[in-house]
Amino acid sequence: MNVLSKKPAAGEEMAKQGLAGNQRLYALVAMILIYILFAVFGRNFFSFETAVNILDASYYIGFLAIGVTFVIITGGIDLSIGTVAMCSAMIGGVAWEKWGLPFTAGLVLILVSGALFGLLNGTLVSRLKLPPFIATLGTMMVSLGISSIVSKVQTVNFPSRTSEEGWFKSVFSKVQLPSGAMLPTGAILLLAVLLIAFVVLNKTKIGRYTFAIGSNEEAVRLSGVNVVYWKTIPYIISGLCAGMAGIAYASTYTTVVPGAGQGFELDAIAGVVIGGTSLSGGVGSVFGTLIGVMIMSILRIGLPSMDLQPHYQKLFTGIVVIIAVLMDISQQKKR
Amino acid sequence: MPEQILNMTGVSKSFPGVKALKDVHFDLFAGEVHALMGENGAGKSTLMKVLTGIYQRDEGEITCFGEPVHFKNTREAQDKGICIIHQELNMMNHLTVAQNMFIGREKSRGLFLDDRAINDEAVQILAKLGIAINPKEIMGHLTVGKQQMVEIAKAISLNSRLLVLDEPTAALTDVEIEHLFKVMRDLKEQGVGMIYISHRMDEIARITDRVTVLRDGEYVGTLVTKDSTHDQIVRMMVGRTIFEEPKQKSTCPPDAPVVLEVENLNAGRMVQDVSFQLKKGEILCFAGLMGAGRTEVARALFGADPKTSGTIRVKGQLVQINGPQDAVNAGIGYLSEDRKRYGVALGLSVAENSVLANLDAYSGKLFVRGGEINQVASQYVEKLNTRTPSIRQLVRNLSGGNQQKVVIAKWLIRNSDILIFDEPTRGIDVGAKSEIYKLIHELVDEGKSIIVISSELPEVLRLADRVLVMCEGRITGEVEAGASQETIMSFAHQRQEQPAV
Repeated sequence: MNVLSKKPAAGEEMAKQGLAGNQRLYALVAMILIYILFAVFGRNFFSFETAVNILDASYYIGFLAIGVTFVIITGGIDLSIGTVAMCSAMIGGVAWEKWGLPFTAGLVLILVSGALFGLLNGTLVSRLKLPPFIATLGTMMVSLGISSIVSKVQTVNFPSRTSEEGWFKSVFSKVQLPSGAMLPTGAILLLAVLLIAFVVLNKTKIGRYTFAIGSNEEAVRLSGVNVVYWKTIPYIISGLCAGMAGIAYASTYTTVVPGAGQGFELDAIAGVVIGGTSLSGGVGSVFGTLIGVMIMSILRIGLPSMDLQPHYQKLFTGIVVIIAVLMDISQQKKR
Repeated sequence: MPEQILNMTGVSKSFPGVKALKDVHFDLFAGEVHALMGENGAGKSTLMKVLTGIYQRDEGEITCFGEPVHFKNTREAQDKGICIIHQELNMMNHLTVAQNMFIGREKSRGLFLDDRAINDEAVQILAKLGIAINPKEIMGHLTVGKQQMVEIAKAISLNSRLLVLDEPTAALTDVEIEHLFKVMRDLKEQGVGMIYISHRMDEIARITDRVTVLRDGEYVGTLVTKDSTHDQIVRMMVGRTIFEEPKQKSTCPPDAPVVLEVENLNAGRMVQDVSFQLKKGEILCFAGLMGAGRTEVARALFGADPKTSGTIRVKGQLVQINGPQDAVNAGIGYLSEDRKRYGVALGLSVAENSVLANLDAYSGKLFVRGGEINQVASQYVEKLNTRTPSIRQLVRNLSGGNQQKVVIAKWLIRNSDILIFDEPTRGIDVGAKSEIYKLIHELVDEGKSIIVISSELPEVLRLADRVLVMCEGRITGEVEAGASQETIMSFAHQRQEQPAV
């Protein structure tokens, strides 16, 4: 009897943290350590400008990663986000540049097409029961094709800072402060989206069912929940975030080429995994995801400052991903 | 007289080729605990699935809370106040207790979830049941016993007035069982009716008011628990006519050499201090209820699961078995109960499957020697009388009995002298069954030694030279060929601390 009447206390802290809590903490510590390492040993690394560069480098991958976190928590995967982001940016850009739509309408169109690709993925996975890997692989190819078709295989140029729509860069990328420093408005936008994503994931039904489905889909179904509906939504969120990533990319790099975006999804998924979201579902956090993406950016910006070529970033990122997953596995074994 | 809340009469249910339920009766009063008993496959689960709408009945009437009902799914049964607590708990391990209890019934304030409200309500429900569990605790961190309490609390919060508990104590500690019984008594007082499925005689005696016994899908009878004896119930459970002629006497010579000696084998909860010997040319059967630990013994012996301690001697030689490879090298072959998952590669041909365990012997430096493989495969197809159009036929296309023969061929080609058959005739029709029995006897005549794990008593009685009975991870009895079903069943129910019924 005393086993059951013992005061339950230890679980409470864990409940708040979620199971991802531990690994998220490790990721945060790792991020700070790596940053300090570069700050001490790297040339000209420790500066506001570098910090802005790091945020900048996390920018569009950050949106992708936040969105795909939702899908991964359900136990699924979204491989289409990279090409969907570029395809959506292409559609919006062509609508503005070639079809003469107002620029703001073009931006809205980018978000809408991202969400529609998400709806397609969600429908394929939850209603038509395709394995997420296959469904989103298909959508990846479809979006690649559409981007080339819509653009007639031609590059689209988004407005530059000096053009009439120059506010685009100021709002979605950076703005120059009177002091001369660059304020990373894009990064601020990313943080805002991160906060919204956090609230959705932890305080709304959408989030509750996202975790529940990832934890035990059959149990959710037997509880009388419309699983087909609730499992579609994370894919729409992922698509919508891909749309935002498309805007972010266009504002940072100005030029969008057709058929681009392959490989972005893997960077995003790597960030999610480093941040402690489990690929087997049920566990995850968007803050962890952002930390994961930041770790990759710090490596990318920091390695050159230690005279290591940027492609060492891939090597080190790979190692970090493997360590992160190994830690995830060892924690699951303990339970 | 309390209200009758459930009355099932003349319920029948068939599946292709099997009559799972034949004219079954069952009733339940408010505030009553009614045990449903029977051997594995007697139809207990099928009856409960018919009740809760997972299966649709073919015939019969079900009246629930005074109204005739015909549930099409579990949701309808739930709405009517019927909840089933499955043996395999159905929960979301990553969510909190309260989130689990209120899944699909979340409370919201505007756009946002109101977790405080469900936590408060969960506390109230849990307190009413006298369960001290923090609603904010993560489900996966609770013990199985506490998880079960949460499932019960969830059922109560759904206003259930009829609970089905399917072997609820299977994974519980004694302390947890005590607590479960206390909760059950409280629920009785509140007028909740409970159907209790369990194999444990002492629990039946302690907690239930009446016992209904099913056998082979048929209704045998209902007893008032306090007026009945242990023996009476066991007799009702096994008293079927046996179609298979049981073996009267061991056919293994008493002076046959011991080929396998297992001492103090331990592996987890389900294998505790298991010791036994197997003689050359002997058929040794492991009997017991489902979950008694028989398969676990085989898996630990074979190295498929890690063992914590124990020594294994093959033909007098001490062998270290740390993985299936070691076991195979020691001449042990294991034929899994789940043939399709562990026994054969369905997408490969008969010939390829036949040499799967011994491909090295049929390979040169670079290439496999196809000619020899075909030769040996054909030889065994003939020897075992496997019915296949050709050795190139995919195993997927063979019947269950013939698939089993391919697995047997695989181990014979590997020169295994000790074969462990885990449920050798599961999913195999009657004709093929007797052929497998004949084959097993031929194998021992050739000097192989065989361990058979079986949940079907007639099969055990027909095959065994000697029977070891297991219960809860321990060997509780050993009988020779010719023993009665009742003897075996009473050993199978012998829990460690058994009070008299």
